[in-house]
Amino acid sequence: MNILKFFTAGSVDDGKSTLIGRLLYDTDSILADQLEAIQNANRKNDDGTVDLAILTDGLRAEREQGITIDVAYKYFQTDKRKFIIADTPGHIQYTRNMVTGASTANLAIILVDARNGVVEQTIRHSYLVSLLGIKHVVVAINKMDMVDYSETVFDAITQKYKALAEELKLQHVTYIPVSALKGDNIVHVSERMTWYSGESLLHFLEQVDTDVQEQSDKARMPVQWVIRPQTDELHDYRGYAGRVVSGTFKVNDKITVLPSGASSTISKIEFFDKTLEEASSGQSVTIHLADNVDISRGDTIVNSSALPQESKLVEADLCWMDTKAMDTSITYLLQHNSKVTKCKIADVVYKVDINTLEKHAADEFKLNDIGRVVLKTADNLPFDFYQDSKANGSAILIDSRTNLTVGATMFRALAD
Amino acid sequence: MSKYNFDYLDELEAEAIHILREVAGQFEKPALLFSGGKDSITLVRLAEKAFRPGKFPFPLVHIDTGHNFEETIDYRDRMVARLGERLIVGSVQQSIDEGKAVEQKGKNASRNALQTVTLLETIEKHQFDACIGGARRDEEKARAKERIFSVRDEFGQWDPKRQRPELWNIYNGKIHKGENVRVFPISNWTELDVWNYIRRENIELPSIYFAHDRDVITRNGQLMAASPYVNMDEEDVVERKKVRFRTVGDISCTAAIASDAFLIDDIISEISQSKISERGARMDDKVSEAAMEDRKKGGYF
Repeated sequence: MNILKFFTAGSVDDGKSTLIGRLLYDTDSILADQLEAIQNANRKNDDGTVDLAILTDGLRAEREQGITIDVAYKYFQTDKRKFIIADTPGHIQYTRNMVTGASTANLAIILVDARNGVVEQTIRHSYLVSLLGIKHVVVAINKMDMVDYSETVFDAITQKYKALAEELKLQHVTYIPVSALKGDNIVHVSERMTWYSGESLLHFLEQVDTDVQEQSDKARMPVQWVIRPQTDELHDYRGYAGRVVSGTFKVNDKITVLPSGASSTISKIEFFDKTLEEASSGQSVTIHLADNVDISRGDTIVNSSALPQESKLVEADLCWMDTKAMDTSITYLLQHNSKVTKCKIADVVYKVDINTLEKHAADEFKLNDIGRVVLKTADNLPFDFYQDSKANGSAILIDSRTNLTVGATMFRALAD
Repeated sequence: MSKYNFDYLDELEAEAIHILREVAGQFEKPALLFSGGKDSITLVRLAEKAFRPGKFPFPLVHIDTGHNFEETIDYRDRMVARLGERLIVGSVQQSIDEGKAVEQKGKNASRNALQTVTLLETIEKHQFDACIGGARRDEEKARAKERIFSVRDEFGQWDPKRQRPELWNIYNGKIHKGENVRVFPISNWTELDVWNYIRRENIELPSIYFAHDRDVITRNGQLMAASPYVNMDEEDVVERKKVRFRTVGDISCTAAIASDAFLIDDIISEISQSKISERGARMDDKVSEAAMEDRKKGGYF
C-alpha cells in the first residue's frame, strides 16, 4: 500500500468541500462522533440534509463565513491506498494557500460547475497545476444533477478544457462527471449517467500511479545533520544524515560534495540498526565516506557522474506570498533544501496574469502575483531544474525582517 | 535505477525523520515533548532512527499534571533509563503551589487546561526555541489546519490566520527572540498508522493501552477511571469493567473504552472497525466546536 497526495481546486460555490466530505462519507471514513458534531451544527443544506462541507472547514472564521481560508489536510484509506487530501481555498486572494497545498500533491482535482463550464478560475487553477508540475489532473465536472445529467453539457466542457490542457501542456487529464451533493460517480459509478463509461472518482484515485519517488540518475542528498557520537568505542564515527531527494546512491559510488567540490566514495549506508546496499529518493539515511572530507549541514552530496547545475544566477518562477510587496532593493534569504543563502531579485522577466495567462512586463510583485524573475544568490547553489526534480529545483524566500516565508520559487533556466 | 519496496509506513517514517533532523539543524535549544502516550513514544523511536548512534540533540520534556496513570510514569522512567537521554519534568502541581495556575472546581474539574501554564513556563525557563510534539492532523479539525512547523508568539499563542505557507519539504524555522516553534513530525499519520507502526517496530507501550480490569464510573456517557483525581459524589457508581485507554492524558479528562483488546492485532482491528474517533474519548474537546482551536490560540500543545 502506498500514499496518494492530492489537492482539490474549485471556487467558493463549486462544492469542493462537499466533494471531499462525500469521499469521506461514502468510504465510511467519518466517525460517529464527528458525524454527530456536524449533525448538531447549525449549517444545513437547503433540503435539510447535513452539510458535508463542514467537515473540512476547521476554523471558526471559516464556519462563520462558509468558506475555506486555509489548507486543511484530511486523511482516509481504502484497502488499496492511503490518501492525503489538501483541501485548498479557491478564491484568488488565497492563491498562496493553493500553491502551498499543491506543492506536495501528486494529483489535482479541478472542480468545474457544470452550469458554468470553464471559467476564469478554472484557468487560474489549471495554470497553478501546470506551474507546480502536478502530474495528474482530474477534471471533476460537478453539479451534474443541476443539468439533468446531460452528456451534451459534459462533452462541451470537456472539449473546452482540452484546449486549455494543451496550452498548459498538462499531460495526464481525466474527465469525470459527478454530483458531490448526490454522490454520483464519487465512490460508486452512477446509474443516472449510463452514457459515461469511465470509472468513479475513488476508483480512479485508487489505481493511478503515484510516482512519489524521483527516479533519475541524479542522486542527491542534502546533508541535514552530522552524526558524531564522540564516544570511546565510536571515536571515529562520522555519519552524514539526510534524505535522498532524487536518484539512488549505492555503496562504492563516487560522490562529490557541493559547494566545496571535494570528492570521495561511499563506504557505507546506514539506517538505524540496518546497513543498506543502496538508498533511493525518499529515504532518510546516514551516509559514510571513505575519506575525511569537510562536510556540514547545508552541503549536498551528489553522484559525481551526474553533477547538478551550479550557479549564483538562476531564472525562476516566483509566487509572491506576503502582504508586503516584493522589494528588489533588499536582500532576502533563500532556503533550498538544508541550505540558506542570501538572495536578491536581480530582474523581473515578466508577470503572468493568471486569469488570462498573458505575460506582462512588471517591476514589482504583490501578494499572490506569479511570474518569472532572475535570482542572484550569495553562494553557489547546486540545483536541478524544477521540471526535472521538484525537490532539488525548488526553494522558498524568507524576509529576514519578519522571518515570514514570502515567496515560493521554482528554478527553470540558467540566467546570464 | 532501482525499485525498492517503500510502503506508506516507510514514507511516513522517512518524512518524520527528515523533520526531526531539520529541527536539530535549525534550532539552538529544541525539546521533545513527551507525554507517555503512544504518539510521543512513536516520536522517541523516530528520534532514535534519526540520530543514533549519536545522542538526541534535545532533552525529553514531560509536562506532568500530577494526575497520572501510574503505569505511564513507570514506563517513562524505564524508557529514559534505557535511552540514556535527559528528561526535564515541568510540574503542574508546582505551578499551582506557586499560585501561577488555579485548580478548576466542580465535578468535571481537570488539569488539562493548566498544562498550558506549566508548558509555557518550562519553555521560558529553559529557553526552548522549538518543541517537538506528537499531534496529528487527523485528530481534530483545528489540528488539520496547522503547519508542521507552527510558529508561536512570545505568549505561546497560535494565530491560525497568520500561518506561514509551508511548501514542498522546506520548513522555515526562522523566529525572533522569545518566539518558539511547535513541530509536529507525525502530522500526516493517522491513529491507525501509528498503531501499525508500533506493531511493525515492536514498540513497547504502557499497559493501560491494553484491556485490563479497572474500577470506573460512567459520566456523560463516558467511562472514567475511579481515582482520587476525579471528583466523585454519591451519584457516581463505581463498577469494575474490562477497559483500555485509546489516548493517554490527564487521568481526569481521559475516558476509557470497554474493550477486550489485549494484543496489538486486536487493537488494530478494533480501531479499524470503530465508529468513534480517538478524541471522542477526550472530555477536553467536547466543550465546544472550536475547543481545540481556542486552546491552541492560548498556547496549548
